[in-house]
Amino acid sequence: MNTIIKFLFYSIRMGVPLLFGTTGEIVSEKSGSLNLGVEGLMAMGAIGGYYFGCKTNSMIVALLAAFLCAALGGLVYSFLTITFQANQNVTGLTLTIFGVGVYEFIGRSLTSGGKYPVMDEASQMVFMKSDIGIPVLRDIPYIGTLLFSYNIMVYISVLVAVVLWIYITKTKTGLKLRATGENYGAADACGVNVSFYRYMHTVCGAGITGLGGLYLGVVINGGAWNESWINGMGWISVALVIFAKWNPAKAIFGSFLFGALTVLQSWKGNLKEAFPDVLGWVDVIPNEFYQMLPFVITFIVLVVSSIRDKGRGEQPTCCGINYYREER
Amino acid sequence: MKKFLSILLAVLLIAVSLVCFASCGNESENEGGEGKFKVGVIHIGDPADGSGYSYTHDLGIVEMQKNLNLADDQIIRKLNIADDDESAIREAIEACISEGCKIIFTTSYGYMDTTEALAKEHPNVIFSHGTGYKSNETNFNNYFGRIYQARYLSGIAAGLKTKTNKIGYVAAYGTELAETCSGINAFALGVQSVNPDAEVYVKSLNSWFDPANETAYAEALIELGCDVIAQHCDTANPQIAAQTKGVFGCGYNSDMTKDAPKAHLTASIWNWGVYYTAATKAAMDGTWAEFGNYYGSLADGLVDVSALSENCAENTAEYIKLVKDLFKEGTWDVFSGVKLSFKDGALVKTDADLKDNAGKVIVAAGGASVEDSVITGTMNYFVEGVSLK
Repeated sequence: MNTIIKFLFYSIRMGVPLLFGTTGEIVSEKSGSLNLGVEGLMAMGAIGGYYFGCKTNSMIVALLAAFLCAALGGLVYSFLTITFQANQNVTGLTLTIFGVGVYEFIGRSLTSGGKYPVMDEASQMVFMKSDIGIPVLRDIPYIGTLLFSYNIMVYISVLVAVVLWIYITKTKTGLKLRATGENYGAADACGVNVSFYRYMHTVCGAGITGLGGLYLGVVINGGAWNESWINGMGWISVALVIFAKWNPAKAIFGSFLFGALTVLQSWKGNLKEAFPDVLGWVDVIPNEFYQMLPFVITFIVLVVSSIRDKGRGEQPTCCGINYYREER
Repeated sequence: MKKFLSILLAVLLIAVSLVCFASCGNESENEGGEGKFKVGVIHIGDPADGSGYSYTHDLGIVEMQKNLNLADDQIIRKLNIADDDESAIREAIEACISEGCKIIFTTSYGYMDTTEALAKEHPNVIFSHGTGYKSNETNFNNYFGRIYQARYLSGIAAGLKTKTNKIGYVAAYGTELAETCSGINAFALGVQSVNPDAEVYVKSLNSWFDPANETAYAEALIELGCDVIAQHCDTANPQIAAQTKGVFGCGYNSDMTKDAPKAHLTASIWNWGVYYTAATKAAMDGTWAEFGNYYGSLADGLVDVSALSENCAENTAEYIKLVKDLFKEGTWDVFSGVKLSFKDGALVKTDADLKDNAGKVIVAAGGASVEDSVITGTMNYFVEGVSLK
């Protein structure tokens, strides 16, 4: 039982960057911006948050910087696609290359002679780096570990997803946002400023994505720079948007499921150890299988959802299409 | 506006191509530096990054440069050459040759076959390949070392430190590679010399470089009850994970105390400068013909453990020194039928079978060391007390 709880615990921890990436991308796509640059935005958020976090040794600054740096990437994307009407797919892909490039460039110039900047565990950093959780509640057997013993980023990610779900489905601005993504012409006719809505949500969505990047750097990689902090998590997030059917609440479940798939590789031995009779076989499957598992499942999800939904399905109808008022 | 833009673009393109041609011209001018002895180095990564592999190799190159008084322009480095990209390897090595390198060090395992092929094509250039096993009689050798000796020593530090008697080991590969396998075995035997009850739990990454999983593997091992995390992988992430979780660890490649000051005990490290100096000197003096393949040891100074951190348990320094002296004498080796233990601060040698983890006797009590199986790459078992998780 304890092993299962711990496995779920680590799955959720691993799912957090995906959750940030997915919710950020959902917000962006709801407004009609199909931003394929999630990988690049995560990278920009990661390196920005890392750099300024180290400079100031403050978690708040790190979070803000991660948000703002990725939002800056989102702004470039918005500027190109909304103001200049550039092709969204191409711009997104370019943003990936650009963001990862910026990340490597800055990261490499920060490290020298095997040394890199470190965020001390002083001040509030410890809330992010170690799984402190909520005092008292975390000591409840099983439930305490499963629900109340995470680092602060886990709670932030879930909170962001829930707030965004309420925002998109329950509020008036959310309704206008959905209108922008579903039928920009109608939204414009109703007096919604389509460009403004797209700008706002693409930029904010990008910022949220950037927090996922910071998490990958500081929590998953312990704050030591290497060139593969992001390592495909951005792409899985893009696929998870489809898996979650553009619903931030479902994204919570989807991210944690993919977190479990990612963690399975390191945990298969532990699971076998705890349940030698039932799970004795997990060890026999070669490691390569576990390494490709998240990507294979992503692939299957994309194929199945595109067959089942025949056409655009749950995707906002105007997602990926630029709004050019004069052509309405 | 469009016209203006296209003209501007055309002008820019012409300007860029002119600059390119100009720089090509410069390169060919530099080619003729034949008077100077030049050394080429092919790195898989960028030495500026992290604590890892390329960094330690480059420290050795820098040391060699200092020892032999070479100028900066006598060292030609090619960085970030993927070791599974044959055309990139070939291009990098050929660039070194055309820039006048007389000896070229190719530092990663995957460079082996390309290096061998190029050694045949360029008989006047000396090729030296790290961590592989191929060579020829004239201008191509390989170099590596008995890092397992250093791992035995770090095992002593781990065995003295552990309270749970479970020690985790994040390894790039398991029994499928003698390099990782011998390292794990030597580490475990080192642990057992001070702590016969301790077990070593190994998790194999199946990759030399997978930072996120290096953390995740270390965490999973800690959840199995391990309170010391050793590693045979590139980044310091396992050590950082150990620090975050409040346990201890033994690093690899370079002193990782700077990465995880509260967790790190000691690391098994390479002093590649010893080899690079000797090899380059031989090439310069024209004595290469007698040099042959190189398999350095602790006695040569090629491998060692880093300075013990203050996290180490009592007696660690004394015990490690005793075994180190033994290695330097050369009278005993790790994979033999003689076990070491400590009693009242003194070293005790006892004859005992060296068994694998299935109970099969590898070396009978008192028998000679099977270290050959490390060098030839045939070791493919874990010793008693090691289990793959």
